Amino acid sequence: MSDMTKARQAGPIEAGGGKQQTLGEYVNAWWSRIKGGDLGSLPIIIGLILIIGIFGYLAFDKNFFSARNYVNLLLQVSGITAIATGVVFVLLIGEIDLSIAFVGAVGSVTMTLLLTQGEEGLNWPWYAAVGAAMLVTTLIGLLHGAIITRAGVPSFVVTLAGLLAWSGVVLILTTQYSKAGTIVIQDPVVKGVANAFLPKIWGWIVYAVVIIGFAATEFYQRASKARQNLSIKPMGISLFQIIGLAVIAGAAVWYANTDRGVPVSIMISLVFLFFWLFIANRTRFGRYVYAVGGNPEAARRAGINVNMIRIACFMISSFMASVGGIILASRLGSVSTNTGGGNLLLNSIAAAVVGGTSLFGGTGRVTSALLGALVIASVENGMGLMGWNSGVKFVVNGMVLLAAVLVDAYSRRSRASSGIA
Amino acid sequence: MDNKPVLELKGVSKNFGAVQALYNVDFTCRAGEVMALVGDNGAGKSTLIKGIAGIYKLDAGEVFFEGKPVTITSPRDTADLGIEVVYQDLALADNLDVVANMFLGREALTRGILLDEAKMEQEALETLQSLSVTTIRSVRQAVAGLSGGQRQAIAVAKAVMWNSKLVILDEPTAALGVAQTRQVLDLVRRLADRGLAVVIISHNLHDIFEVADRITCLRLGQKVAEFIPSETTQQEVVHAITAGELDTVPGMVQ
Repeated sequence: MSDMTKARQAGPIEAGGGKQQTLGEYVNAWWSRIKGGDLGSLPIIIGLILIIGIFGYLAFDKNFFSARNYVNLLLQVSGITAIATGVVFVLLIGEIDLSIAFVGAVGSVTMTLLLTQGEEGLNWPWYAAVGAAMLVTTLIGLLHGAIITRAGVPSFVVTLAGLLAWSGVVLILTTQYSKAGTIVIQDPVVKGVANAFLPKIWGWIVYAVVIIGFAATEFYQRASKARQNLSIKPMGISLFQIIGLAVIAGAAVWYANTDRGVPVSIMISLVFLFFWLFIANRTRFGRYVYAVGGNPEAARRAGINVNMIRIACFMISSFMASVGGIILASRLGSVSTNTGGGNLLLNSIAAAVVGGTSLFGGTGRVTSALLGALVIASVENGMGLMGWNSGVKFVVNGMVLLAAVLVDAYSRRSRASSGIA
Repeated sequence: MDNKPVLELKGVSKNFGAVQALYNVDFTCRAGEVMALVGDNGAGKSTLIKGIAGIYKLDAGEVFFEGKPVTITSPRDTADLGIEVVYQDLALADNLDVVANMFLGREALTRGILLDEAKMEQEALETLQSLSVTTIRSVRQAVAGLSGGQRQAIAVAKAVMWNSKLVILDEPTAALGVAQTRQVLDLVRRLADRGLAVVIISHNLHDIFEVADRITCLRLGQKVAEFIPSETTQQEVVHAITAGELDTVPGMVQ
């Protein structure tokens, strides 16, 4: 009742008349969303500042802020970002995929085996081997999705079974080829994925293209909204966003260039990230992913093939797992019986959740994969510099994930009570 | 109002195994008219609606839409005819904004793949304005933030946006407070005034007497009466609902 009377007072619905909102209106709307629990990227940005602050202090004399360590961090971020990007889609539909680390490993092992050279080797060219690895993992995602939707079994159980089974497949494949279980990647292109850097001038060219592209899209959208007489966000905010991105990305490129340059692997992850961001925000498929996560029944009645969307999300998650798997394998220069093990799975899922994608489905952004991966990789990196033992590392990782889940649950609850979700 | 019926059902029946959910029911609704469908629990209101909506297949009887005989076998058929059903649970995705919900499944595109957000926002605003839905501050806010009445309005607006000729509302006021019920009833009236045929299911006779032009009363799967509110009383309708005379008594050998 009370919110209805408030709405009445707010007057009739307005087309906006192509007018800009004032800065005050925009900030007010933003603040009331935050108060209502729709935190957006705010917690992750605070978290990132906090973590960089803590390790910057603790590990300052261990060169946490050095350009060399910063480029190492970018290398660490690449693989996790790629895998977490796929995880975001699965989380958006309210499901989970526990198999990603080992599915990614199946991908990288497949690629490595196809690349083996010499008389006994298969001698595939790098693009065919990479393509085959991506195809195989995508089909694994199709299999998971098909079982989950056909049999109506929770994704948690199916992908847990996948975790075990695919880790077995990795063992079988690696030990069959070499007794020691370690296979070295010989192809220079694949090795270059995580060991090559953009020439400095190219770093700046890519930077310029991205900033100009972002600004052009922003102004194009403003113009098309103005043409349709819809309300537009304040010019100041648009400029702030463009300049903010230009400054942050510019600093990122500049600092990387003072060392070895921008790693190719982070560029690969970013290309995939922007591609999936585009799919999620600007296409029908993306809209349907959010709808299925928000209310599957509404999606079904709207004529959306809910099961197909679900299967597609598992395919995306497996596909991106192979992208991440290949980047990580390239970084090590080999695959082994350990590939896909350790805390890769937890780190990837944590990255998506820490970045602000809800475990409850329907809310989150593809960019949360990058932000979350930055947090997770910074923590790993800082703890590595500090030389903490693995026990402490596990505890800290657990705490970071728990904090993220608590923020998610808290913001969800306050969204519910203020009626935003 | 003796205009032609938009939808006319003649002698429709439906049984689930031994249970006769609908027996020989006639039902009509006309353009510009609000037809209320009343009856006790288990009277067959929902079965009738689901038969029209294409969720159930009617076993016997004829269906005419705008005078032409039609067969409805799936919800798609219903939508193609221009019949939209607004179910009680509304089926809105809370995490999506008003525009996204109104266009869900029928998004406007530019260049074949991009969502045409500006066009969709524009059309959503036009539809809401044409229905005088004035209480929604922004069509870009998530549906989760809306009140029950506002959500009902969005669901109805979504239904009428696609040139529909008949809108069926299942218990649109059931979960609403007084003021919001008011808004929704006004909206129902406006739909009929725009020349749509409206069917409204409700348990609330007070609401029905306020908004309906005709009342069809079902009891135990049979149509027991049709009333015109100005010519009857609530007592009479209640009597029909609870003790209306049946052509055949269920369970008896016919």
